[in-house]
Amino acid sequence: MTIMEPRKHGDASDGTVGGRQTRFEGNLKVTGGATYALEYPVEGLAYAILVQSTIPAGRVVRVDTEKALAAPGVLMVLTPDDDLGLLVASDWGGNRPDNQPYYPLPRQVQYNGQSIAAVVAESREQAVEAANLICITYEKAPHVATFNDAAAGEGKVMDNLTSGWGDAEAALAAAPVQIEGEYSTPREYHVAMEPHGLTVKWDGDRITVWEPSQWSHGMARSYSEWFGIPYENVHLVSPFIGGGFGSKGAALAHGAVAAFAARKLGRPVKLALTRPQNFTNYGGRAATRQTIKIGATEDGILQAIVHRGASETSTYADWPEQTGSATPILYRIENFSSQHRVVPVNTVTPGALRGPGKNPSAFGIESAMEELAYKLGMDPLELRLKNYADHDYQSGKPWSTRRLREALTEGAEAFGWSKRSHEPRSMRDGKTLIGWGIGCGTFPVIQAPSEAMIRILGNGRVEVVSGAIDMGQGTYTILAQTAAEVFGIPVDQVEVHLGDSRLPGSAIAGGSMLAGSILGAVHKAATAARDELIGLALNDEKSPLRDTGANTLTFSGGRIAAPRDQGPSLTLSELMAALGRDEIEVLRNTLPDGATAQEQHQAWTSMAKVQGPTMGEYSMHSWCAHFAEVRVDEDFGTVRVSRIVSAFDCGRLYNPRLVESQWRGGIIMGIGQALLEEGLVDQRNGRTVNNNMGDYLVPTNADVPHIEVISVGIPDYGASALGGKGVGEVGIVGVAPAIANAVFHATGKRVRDLPITLEKLI
Amino acid sequence: MRDFSYLRASSADEARQASLQAGSVLLAGGTTLLDLAKCGVMEPETVIDITHLSGLGEITVDAGGARIGALAKMGQVADHAGIRAAFPAISESLSLAASAQIRNMATIGGNLLQRTRCSYFREPDVFPACHKRNPGAGCSAIGGVTRNHAVLGTSDTCIASYPGDLAVALVAFDAVVELGGRTVSVEDFFLLPGNTPERETTLQRGEMITAITVPASAAPKNSTYLKVRDRQSYEFAAASAAVGLEFETDGRTVRDIRVALGGVATKPWRARNVERALVGKILSLETVEAASRLAMEGAVSHGANYYKIELAPRVVARAILKVGGLA
Ligand SMILES: Cc1cc2nc3c(=O)[nH]c(=O)nc-3n(C[C@H](O)[C@H](O)[C@H](O)COP(=O)(O)OP(=O)(O)OC[C@H]3O[C@@H](n4cnc5c(N)ncnc54)[C@H](O)[C@@H]3O)c2cc1C
Ligand code: SF4
Repeated sequence: MTIMEPRKHGDASDGTVGGRQTRFEGNLKVTGGATYALEYPVEGLAYAILVQSTIPAGRVVRVDTEKALAAPGVLMVLTPDDDLGLLVASDWGGNRPDNQPYYPLPRQVQYNGQSIAAVVAESREQAVEAANLICITYEKAPHVATFNDAAAGEGKVMDNLTSGWGDAEAALAAAPVQIEGEYSTPREYHVAMEPHGLTVKWDGDRITVWEPSQWSHGMARSYSEWFGIPYENVHLVSPFIGGGFGSKGAALAHGAVAAFAARKLGRPVKLALTRPQNFTNYGGRAATRQTIKIGATEDGILQAIVHRGASETSTYADWPEQTGSATPILYRIENFSSQHRVVPVNTVTPGALRGPGKNPSAFGIESAMEELAYKLGMDPLELRLKNYADHDYQSGKPWSTRRLREALTEGAEAFGWSKRSHEPRSMRDGKTLIGWGIGCGTFPVIQAPSEAMIRILGNGRVEVVSGAIDMGQGTYTILAQTAAEVFGIPVDQVEVHLGDSRLPGSAIAGGSMLAGSILGAVHKAATAARDELIGLALNDEKSPLRDTGANTLTFSGGRIAAPRDQGPSLTLSELMAALGRDEIEVLRNTLPDGATAQEQHQAWTSMAKVQGPTMGEYSMHSWCAHFAEVRVDEDFGTVRVSRIVSAFDCGRLYNPRLVESQWRGGIIMGIGQALLEEGLVDQRNGRTVNNNMGDYLVPTNADVPHIEVISVGIPDYGASALGGKGVGEVGIVGVAPAIANAVFHATGKRVRDLPITLEKLI
Repeated sequence: MRDFSYLRASSADEARQASLQAGSVLLAGGTTLLDLAKCGVMEPETVIDITHLSGLGEITVDAGGARIGALAKMGQVADHAGIRAAFPAISESLSLAASAQIRNMATIGGNLLQRTRCSYFREPDVFPACHKRNPGAGCSAIGGVTRNHAVLGTSDTCIASYPGDLAVALVAFDAVVELGGRTVSVEDFFLLPGNTPERETTLQRGEMITAITVPASAAPKNSTYLKVRDRQSYEFAAASAAVGLEFETDGRTVRDIRVALGGVATKPWRARNVERALVGKILSLETVEAASRLAMEGAVSHGANYYKIELAPRVVARAILKVGGLA
């Protein structure tokens, strides 16, 4: 067990893979030297602002723009009457309908807060003021505000998410102990500090887009397809992002609008969404509900799980927020049945938000397991260990690695679980009820091919070049560490260039797939560059190392030498100078050899080549177990999380310091999900009314307790080239049920619908 | 945001004179004004900056009480040693409000005049119906999302709660607002919505808050402000109570008690019925709980805010028990 206690700086091993190197770009960020998309100083900017629908469903009949056009500084107004001449871009899979027009400002209104017009003016204030003067006439249509409306119906079954084996219904009916619960989660939002927006500029038919992006290549593709220009003509720049959490992986309608305006005006345009627009211009996590029935023997052996779930989606696209995806893999289960529906309502299509697919699912199954434990009178930890899954019962495959048992036992040890008294309401401190709870989490290991370039420069510096994104999760740092290790040089001798669609292609910074994917490519390129240098050093007649008679060279402590101290040792710059080279440049990718240019393009700009967790011989996942302590005021119902211990199996950690930060961030978001976050929808018009950061609450520092994180993972070379599994998403998964379970233990009240606000406990 | 002209006032008289003009508005810390201008709720034509006026930021505390200049910052008042000693509830109401950044910007005068957090009030383009913004237009909140709306002092036209904390402590302790030429008690300064929810205070056009005075006595000296909310910090009150208590010499019988509530009413709410029920009584768990329930006399819920009717008396009771040494 490794308890992640901060260690002193400056250990030599910090600069290698697995070291605790501090954030590579940290200085830039805290000194304001990191430039974000909306801060690029572009000459001659015009400012665009979106105008959004104020009704949930219907048609735009007329847009009166006369007053807006006459307002001071106004340059342009766009409405559904304008044909922007754009074409629909590819979907995630890279599939694209032929010549289908794209209307980023559609006439059909499908949700409240949909962009239907835009104003461009000399200043942002003028644009906002003119936007207020636009008068829209609608023809209203009936709407469905949420999936709890009677009119919403049952929705449609997602066949690809229906799963089952054994005879779950029969085994459930025969089980001597049964529980059933309905669990629900509300709409949740990303609320990244940096709002969505972009600065965009055309030079002829070339476009530069400064836009926060989790995927520079994928988003560049959308711009090229919308505007019918070659992919190479799009330059999307995103070296720093102020938080994405899943929301910044795709180009969105506002990008198309700003780019169109810039082209039409022949001027660069900046468009920033207002905070309320950040609640409707792209989707947060869908609201979900699910019923779980579990059958077990009297000594707590699971016999059957029957799961039925649903999530909201929009009326124009199916986005399932899966409720039954953690359910089949957390425990040994011989009889299983799961079905998930999507229910179309008048909302923007929901999207990925930290831990997508696993997060609400874990809330269901991990709450239900704890209900079962209480029905059985059994310790919830014991119940989980008793039903430990020795392999993946869903795919039938062995785990690549699975150290959830260690996570549970070592987490319990560090937390002091054995001192818990089982009865609810049995631990208190005056008016404060104290409770402890467990929640397990999981997230699949996903991989995508990636490409990277390594440049060894004449001055001895090494450059790592990739279009990959760092949105705070540590890409800069771990890539610098990888190159430093391969060349045996200090990290500050490495430069890392990221976040640019013109640089080599990369997996998306999402789904926890980036580190494992891009590290493989960087390691491959760096090793190849080193091999090339070794070849030159041993063979080039100008090389001082030629006569050592060695057949390889060592790279260590900043020096290159033959093994066993034969001959001289040189620094990188000395060797490059001796060889008379300014640069050695090597490009490598992790596609199968011989991939065509078209296959490469497809790999970098779509999800077509992404490898899922069970596509190989193993079932590959990250795992975690959270232990939460809550303090609940008996009279007021207020819940404060006072302590969390979380143990993780994420395989090998490339940089424990940054991994801890990812885990802690996920746990903190989980606290928000458990206790605070909820989009409040007005049933009458489908509007999310708490659409600002004063009213949509996320945790403050005061809400964050001491969080102890523990790594129980071992390198998993089945999962990735360097042995790591994903770390970014899994941290949040299982936090909310751990807290809900602790609240039950504290109060005796089982809250099955998040968030656990005070009125549910008084 | 509409263009506006900016005037930096060089004297209080100049500010008052300028603010007589329709469309003009005083600017102090700006944390309410700018926020609402961005939402399109306030659309000033002239902004009169009073932050450079001298003599309006002083805080003095003596045996008779405290005088707090209108331009004193929330943070300064919260941290003022004299205020903390003589009026702990006032200090606490401020340190539990907003965030450190806002407390360093925002002034006491502006704080009293902060506006409701009713979501419908804050989105004029989506919810044109709001009597407070637009008299006669209707009320979008009634029948909508009402988790934070008031249960006390509401009318058919408006159910918006007064969100501030400081004013709750001020009404508990009979504070007075100085308006240059006249003074008015904080309690009378705030108005019930009735049929005119657009009129929130008795402040007249051309008037300016210059200071707030609070008389000293034993009850405010033994006082507390208890604020209950889901988030530990940086959230408005779900329910709050300012309570001050003075015992008779026996140390058990209530001689003077002050109780005011926040987060549950359309204005800072003095609960005199709770006070009356306790004066002369021996303080005990039972007497306090029974008396605290009186705070909700006349309370009406509008859907999701029902919980406040249950919560608020508990908050009042805990605060009384705390200052009474029983919690
Ligand atoms: C996110 C957020 C959270 C908050 N949380 C809390 C909270 O928990 N508790 C709480 O109590 N408050 C809270 N507030 C409100 C905050 O305390 C007020 O915004 C602040 O006190 C206003 O003071 P100001 O000086 O900035 O006022 P300004 O914005 O400058 O002015 C507000 C209004 O008062 C008028 N005005 C200002 N000074 C005078 C004067 N001397 N005479 C006459 N009129 C004047 C202005 O014309 C304007 O109409 C919060 C605010 C925000 C934005
Ligand atoms: S409650 Fe008051 S402020 Fe809110 S919408 Fe109704 S009238 Fe306006």
